[in-house]
Amino acid sequence: MVLKGDEDVEVVGTGTDAVAYALMLADVDVTSAYPIRPYGGVMQTVARLIADGYMKAEYIVAAHEHDQFEIVKHASAVGARTFVGSSGVGWLLAIEAIVATSTDRYPVVALIGNRALDDPGAYGVEHNDALMVRDVGWLLTWVDAAQEALDTTLIAYRVAEDPRIMLPVGISMDGAFLTHSEHAFKIPPKSKVQKFLPPYDLGNRKLHPSNVISVAPQVNEDWVTELRKQMDEAMKNARKVIEEAYRDFAKIFGRDYGNPFVEPYMVEDADVVMIGMGTVSKPIKEAVRRLRARGEKVGFLRIRWFRPFPTEDIIRYLSGVKVAAVVDRDYSFGSPFDGGAVFTEIRSALYEAEHRPLMMNFIGGLGGREITYNDAINMFNMALDAARKGKVEQRVIWYGVRE
Amino acid sequence: MAQTEYFDAGHRTCQGCESAMVLRWVAKAAGPNTIVIGATGCMYVANTTYYTTAWALPWIHTQLSGTGSAVVGTAAALKALMEKGKLPSEKINVIGICGDLGCADAGLSEVSNALTHTKYNFLILMYDNESSANTDIQETTMTPFGALTTFSPSGKQIRIMKYRWKKNMAAMMAVGHPEIKYVATAMAADPIDLYNKVRKALEIGGPTFIHTLDPCPKGWGYDPKYSHEIGKLAVETGLWPLFEIENGKFRLTGTSARIASGEIKRKPVKEYISRQTRFKHLTDEDIEYIQRKVDEMWEKWLIPGLLPLTKELPYPETAKT
Repeated sequence: MVLKGDEDVEVVGTGTDAVAYALMLADVDVTSAYPIRPYGGVMQTVARLIADGYMKAEYIVAAHEHDQFEIVKHASAVGARTFVGSSGVGWLLAIEAIVATSTDRYPVVALIGNRALDDPGAYGVEHNDALMVRDVGWLLTWVDAAQEALDTTLIAYRVAEDPRIMLPVGISMDGAFLTHSEHAFKIPPKSKVQKFLPPYDLGNRKLHPSNVISVAPQVNEDWVTELRKQMDEAMKNARKVIEEAYRDFAKIFGRDYGNPFVEPYMVEDADVVMIGMGTVSKPIKEAVRRLRARGEKVGFLRIRWFRPFPTEDIIRYLSGVKVAAVVDRDYSFGSPFDGGAVFTEIRSALYEAEHRPLMMNFIGGLGGREITYNDAINMFNMALDAARKGKVEQRVIWYGVRE
Repeated sequence: MAQTEYFDAGHRTCQGCESAMVLRWVAKAAGPNTIVIGATGCMYVANTTYYTTAWALPWIHTQLSGTGSAVVGTAAALKALMEKGKLPSEKINVIGICGDLGCADAGLSEVSNALTHTKYNFLILMYDNESSANTDIQETTMTPFGALTTFSPSGKQIRIMKYRWKKNMAAMMAVGHPEIKYVATAMAADPIDLYNKVRKALEIGGPTFIHTLDPCPKGWGYDPKYSHEIGKLAVETGLWPLFEIENGKFRLTGTSARIASGEIKRKPVKEYISRQTRFKHLTDEDIEYIQRKVDEMWEKWLIPGLLPLTKELPYPETAKT
């Protein structure tokens, strides 16, 4: 690996490798590791980067995920830039520390290598693990390529550590499809990263003998409402801060992601738009290209930031279409209309739209089952059929389920 | 010895709380260049209610089971930041404080993991009032045999709900983590012993562990003015041996050393037990059972309170046939 100079270095590696290189570039001070697939790859690469002298950080092998997340929370409290992560039930074992990290306002960055929850023995991708923390004050983003994983990791630190935010960020990545598959991506030079990412500064909240403060004393019913409200303000600020971060990122690194919150793909004049998160974008985009060649007005909208939720973009891109079809790699048992979590959120966002599209929901790819290009074509055909008829016969379809 | 208090007025512990006394002496021994981490427990709930903290040191809360992780994260961060020049290099004490439930039960694996991370410097202090005292006095693995708690009442059908013998926590930490340089037991009723042990732990480097036995008037059932007396009786009856293991060298301290040398005789455990209402339902046979267990510890164990291996291993009954 060549890392000298001011030029990008092109390498081939997995999605988790890409995150590891970002951690090296961000000069992370403390990381904690615990094995679980598909997350584990990132810590294996970090360990190698440290062992080979490319990266200097305290690398702590933890007793379990709760241990892992408590370690970085407290490292963050004394001013260290930290990284942690997990998958599936491992991520949930840490939930107590995860919640305290956001309520104590520490800008920890974590990778969630998405994995099903869990029994009986499901180790493939589902998004339910990350979605379980939907309501605890973590910013949540989904990436669909190794390059985006690397870039988003740098952006995540910039956003999380912004004094207007000070909330943790979870970067979600589809297990196996992205964590373990190899892609070509560019590692930018450290000089550019230093221009983009200022040092982590906790200011007067830094725990140090020269700053005698008490962090997280018991507030009981007296102050919890006010603290939650402050978190809410930070989460609302995040929309602006994320925009600024992507704008600066494009300027410094020369990679422009356009709209930071969603990736619209041929949606402008579309009658039917499919919506999804993560690597499901690949087969769906291919389906869009082929259907467009046949004259079908279809498009795809990839949600990149789930928290804060891109409400305005959802309204902007979907309120004019005939059918909005959400592909959920998750499910929310007993939810309104018995659909997936993303479907439910989008339906809620569109309530304010002047023109509400018909909505369909495909529950697909659970437990790591592949969603192929042919599957995407089939889903589009069902949605196009609904668009022609002007009505949806079956709102939620468990796609490809064996009866 | 410093005159300044670093665990000062402003806390809301019960009258006669020995855990608060322990913290006072620990803070005094540690001094101002210290970061304190407190897990959920009595000493969180009673001392750090917003606007009323007793800590004149930087202090942060950790989750009930998070003490081991929190001290490792803090110590590792300080090391990284100092080595990278992001913080000025200096010695900063890192002390994690947990109760018996948080440390010996919920947080055991995190504490154990922490004690193997020998490149970091910190002290884990387990204050043991033998119950989960801030949640209504419930049983933990550190609750002694026979004691009444809200989880172990004495009923018409079952007289002794807490049938399990108290876990030997300090010994487990010492024996289970062979590279740890300092492990000790202590109590607030012998403050000089406690003070010296904290100083040694913080000076020796690496992970260290101190276990204090803290009489609790509310949980144990006695007049608060007798806290020190009850604590001393725990040592005088031999139930609570005071010891330290420094760089692998074991040494009984204080009254326990005098018992071992024969200078003083152990008092009967009944003197300790009969003073507390949590033992009021125990019969003479029960107390005799406890006495036998304590005698065995002092007379047969390789090291009282530490190694429950008898000098003469009995030939198992089953092997004879």
